Amino acid sequence: MPKIQVIKERCKSCGYCVKVCPKKVIAVGKDVNSKGYEYVQPVNDDCIGCMACGRICPDGAIEVYK
Amino acid sequence: MEKIYSRTKTIQEDKVSGFCPGCFHSTIIKLIGEVLEELNVVDKTACVLGIGCCGLHMDYIAYDNTTAPHGRATAVATGMKRANPETLVFTYQGDGDFAAIGLGESISAANRGENITVIFVNNGIYGMTGGQMAPTTLMGMKASTAPKGRIAKEHGYPMHMCEILNQLTAPAYLERTSCNTVANVIKTKKAIKKAFQNQLDGKGFSMVEIVSNCPTNWGVDPLASLDFIEEKMLVEYPLGVIRDK
Repeated sequence: MPKIQVIKERCKSCGYCVKVCPKKVIAVGKDVNSKGYEYVQPVNDDCIGCMACGRICPDGAIEVYK
Repeated sequence: MEKIYSRTKTIQEDKVSGFCPGCFHSTIIKLIGEVLEELNVVDKTACVLGIGCCGLHMDYIAYDNTTAPHGRATAVATGMKRANPETLVFTYQGDGDFAAIGLGESISAANRGENITVIFVNNGIYGMTGGQMAPTTLMGMKASTAPKGRIAKEHGYPMHMCEILNQLTAPAYLERTSCNTVANVIKTKKAIKKAFQNQLDGKGFSMVEIVSNCPTNWGVDPLASLDFIEEKMLVEYPLGVIRDK
């Protein structure tokens, strides 16, 4: 089953991945990284491995596994 | 389980860019890195960075790069390419660098048909220096040097670099893309790949103009900047291939 892994230190909480995910897998979480950004986290197991989040993420914070 | 997407190795593994959240500079340098890896030319690539936010990449990328005097990136790239024809030379410039202070060098390099590639990032404003008006600023758009918005009588009209270079005979490839949607990100990557391939094939001057954003100096959040691009920027700067020969 496809899944994503967020490298939290790279995330700047811009929200692009949240916007483009067709299955609403990602959401901005409440935890913060060392820079103070509320990094995104996967919230369910509906990932289809389309890589949209990884492609639009400016900082390459999302890795996609299939 | 197999990893099907991760950040390109051409960005130093332990680094996080200092760009503002949502800035397309990070997206574009990621796409360039992916293309260099796919073409297998990372070791023979030289990047000439312009002045401005675009110059910040020097701390993050893992291939050879230099920074040119303000606006002169295409002139520096010309020298590098002529001295080392085997090297893939590309410039990475913003609108203040390419279309304002470097206009003479930019047009001259295109007119000579130098076998280099230009990645031109057009966000319609001066980012690093604090949101001053650029030649590409939209009509009515506010900037720190145009507090009431751009007025034709005082500031002239937005400059379309792809169309200007299209008046010349020499350029081989001119395309305008954006990174505001996933589809456009994929199209941008294809355009960059084609521009680099043109250089490897010796076809001459190629430029990819990427309509970009500046959430900080536009005064909007990153998601709103995507809407601004769709509703305003792309109306003034329509996407597509302007020349391909």
